Amino acid sequence: MSVEQDFSVFVRHPARGVAAMDLVVEGVHCGGCMTTIEKGLKAHRGVRSARVNLASKRVTVEWDEGAMKPGSIVERLDELGFPAWPFAPEAAGGAEANEERRLLRALGVAAFAMMNIMLLSVSVWSGDLSPATRDMFHWISALIALPAVAIAGRPFFDSALRAIRQGAFNMDVPISLGVLLALVLSVAQTLQHQQEAYFDSAVMLLMFLLAGRVLDQRMRRRTRDVATNLAAMRSETALRILDCGDAVETPIAAIKPGDLVLVRPGERITVDGLVETGRSDIDQSLVTGETALGEAAPGRAVFAGTMNMTGALRIRVDKAASGTLLDEVNHLLARAVEQRSRWVRLADRAARLYAPVVHVTALATFVGWLLAGLAWQPALVIAITVLIITCPCALGLAVPAVQVVCASAMFKRGVLLNSGEALERLAGVDTIIFDKTGTLTLPKAEIANLAQIDPRDLAHAGALAAASNHPLARVIALASGARAPSDAREAPGQGVEARVDGDCMRLGSASFCEASDDQRAGAALWPDASVIYFRHGERVVSFAIRQALRPDAREIVAGLAARGFAIEILSGDRVEAVAAVARELSIATYAAGLKPADKIARLEQLKAKGHRVLMVGDGLNDAPALAAAHVSLSPISASHLAQAHADAVFLGERLAPVAAALALAGKARRLMLQNLWLSVAYNAIAVPIAISGHATPLVAALAMSGSSILVTLNALRARHARGFAP
Amino acid sequence: MNILIILLPVAIGLGVCGLLACLWAMRTGQFDDLEGAGWRAIADDDLPEPSKQEIKPLS
Repeated sequence: MSVEQDFSVFVRHPARGVAAMDLVVEGVHCGGCMTTIEKGLKAHRGVRSARVNLASKRVTVEWDEGAMKPGSIVERLDELGFPAWPFAPEAAGGAEANEERRLLRALGVAAFAMMNIMLLSVSVWSGDLSPATRDMFHWISALIALPAVAIAGRPFFDSALRAIRQGAFNMDVPISLGVLLALVLSVAQTLQHQQEAYFDSAVMLLMFLLAGRVLDQRMRRRTRDVATNLAAMRSETALRILDCGDAVETPIAAIKPGDLVLVRPGERITVDGLVETGRSDIDQSLVTGETALGEAAPGRAVFAGTMNMTGALRIRVDKAASGTLLDEVNHLLARAVEQRSRWVRLADRAARLYAPVVHVTALATFVGWLLAGLAWQPALVIAITVLIITCPCALGLAVPAVQVVCASAMFKRGVLLNSGEALERLAGVDTIIFDKTGTLTLPKAEIANLAQIDPRDLAHAGALAAASNHPLARVIALASGARAPSDAREAPGQGVEARVDGDCMRLGSASFCEASDDQRAGAALWPDASVIYFRHGERVVSFAIRQALRPDAREIVAGLAARGFAIEILSGDRVEAVAAVARELSIATYAAGLKPADKIARLEQLKAKGHRVLMVGDGLNDAPALAAAHVSLSPISASHLAQAHADAVFLGERLAPVAAALALAGKARRLMLQNLWLSVAYNAIAVPIAISGHATPLVAALAMSGSSILVTLNALRARHARGFAP
Repeated sequence: MNILIILLPVAIGLGVCGLLACLWAMRTGQFDDLEGAGWRAIADDDLPEPSKQEIKPLS
């Protein structure tokens, strides 16, 4: 049955009479694809413009209002060979883009100012100038530096002010102080016709730090773009039933509470709500981790993410289903987020140690020179020089540079980080807890006892299965590749019956196939599977169907255990099902049948013993545990709530990204510490020079750029991490 | 040193031109798609029709 798609929620109106839509396009790799899409769309009547963004794999199309249906753009792109999904650009994405633009503008201003001031400074350093010319050069430098710092320094000043107002302390406080003092000192020196001014140092410092921040912001936006694209490609829709009785396929974003939604058998339920009419079995594995089927009947609550198996349901959409699982999960989540111990980032801890030491040193220098008999003015100049030279340029880059390089290395291995500090937390992990359903196993099913089934039985059963829409039947049909017989008759909720080669055959539940207790006993070997029976004459064959393990789960879990991580399974599923998976993966510690609160209790118990736990989970029921754990990962197939509370999301069917993330995080932490020590070493050399009064602007410029480049080069080594299974 | 009166404004003026060009590029979204821009430069969709036919056998 073909249903009309309603894309109106994605359409923007940038001007009168113009409609526009953004789409995610799959398979755009090069300039050729780009031209094909743009030309192909522009050939369409009414299309005003089409522009592909190759970096983010998106297309923006504008057309004359009313000239065509939005759906025909998707059709046209399909014809061109590029499957496309419309999406609504999020408001949060716009804020990110604005922030990036702001930083980029600041960087442009700082770079311009630095180049011009350097031009003048080099002339001053060469030393051949008459005092009048030198003064003029200093004044011109001031003229450029003061407005440039006022513009380019804003990101740091704002952040430093925010921190101080909250009584906190971050790296931007000493940075701002250093830059401002350098400017004040330089202006004072210029007024007194002195030889030395630090305009170049102030601007150079800003330039280096801004370059780091722009890269950081760019990495974050790229991660977010990919996440938005993946969400759009999952393109969740629901069949909304209109008042006139027609059904329209509507994007989830346009569904409102109170709407009536039809879910056919074999479809995923995409809304939360109460069943109004219809009965069915539903697979709740994504929500509760339970692989046994649940029951849906009028008046029962159903959740987004569950799979409707056997009968059509009409669901009244209702977000605020109180007293339900969702309610409990939300309640636990609020508490877990609140209780998550405030993690102090490495850079901030360094800043906390560093700033007092530097400020005390500067003060001691001032007092020391006074006691040594110097007048207060030159003594103050030397003290401020100490502050300028210790301004944490390398320290400010030490951690972000590693984060940027490491996040892009993770990106290549299929891990999308939600925050930079997740890297630091990942590095400290000693215990890994896996959820079972959807995390160790895949959301798709396989026949567990395929080896024991006669190929002829499989072919016959597959033929019958092909006639059914039931998800379990589809697995058998897929495995056999057989085609449906013409006279198959489906008994809803029971099975399929057909006559093949003159014999009557049945496929379905145990009672439908009249399986004896003896014949049922075979299925007990597969406690974690759903069983379907096939009857051919007197013979009864059972098909045990269960969720497949991720293809590399065994090696990855073994590899992690070998590297000394304690590994556990906490699952909401039945104990037999969990035990089977634990045995297969040789995981000794597991717990089954857990509620979200039980998972948190286990986490707290481990935390009390001093363990740092990585939680890997996907279900709605895992969300509180993901938020409560030291650090957490989610597969991309996870429920929205779980993804929102995970520190990182991994792509694909394999478990390898989990191991890669841990290995890279360990390496990142080592590099961050190395970088911090490098900046300490730099200070150990530069500070004595400054204290003794021998620091000149030339020394400051060389030291700053030298240490920044060293730290950045060191960070680049994070691209290559060894020591994990490929 | 009188040459400085000409050289300095010229140097700074050029710098300002560069800065303005950078800000203009940013405002018109030219940094949004760094990969696509490279391909657009070598796209041959602006060639006149006949020359397109001449090129075809080569590809």
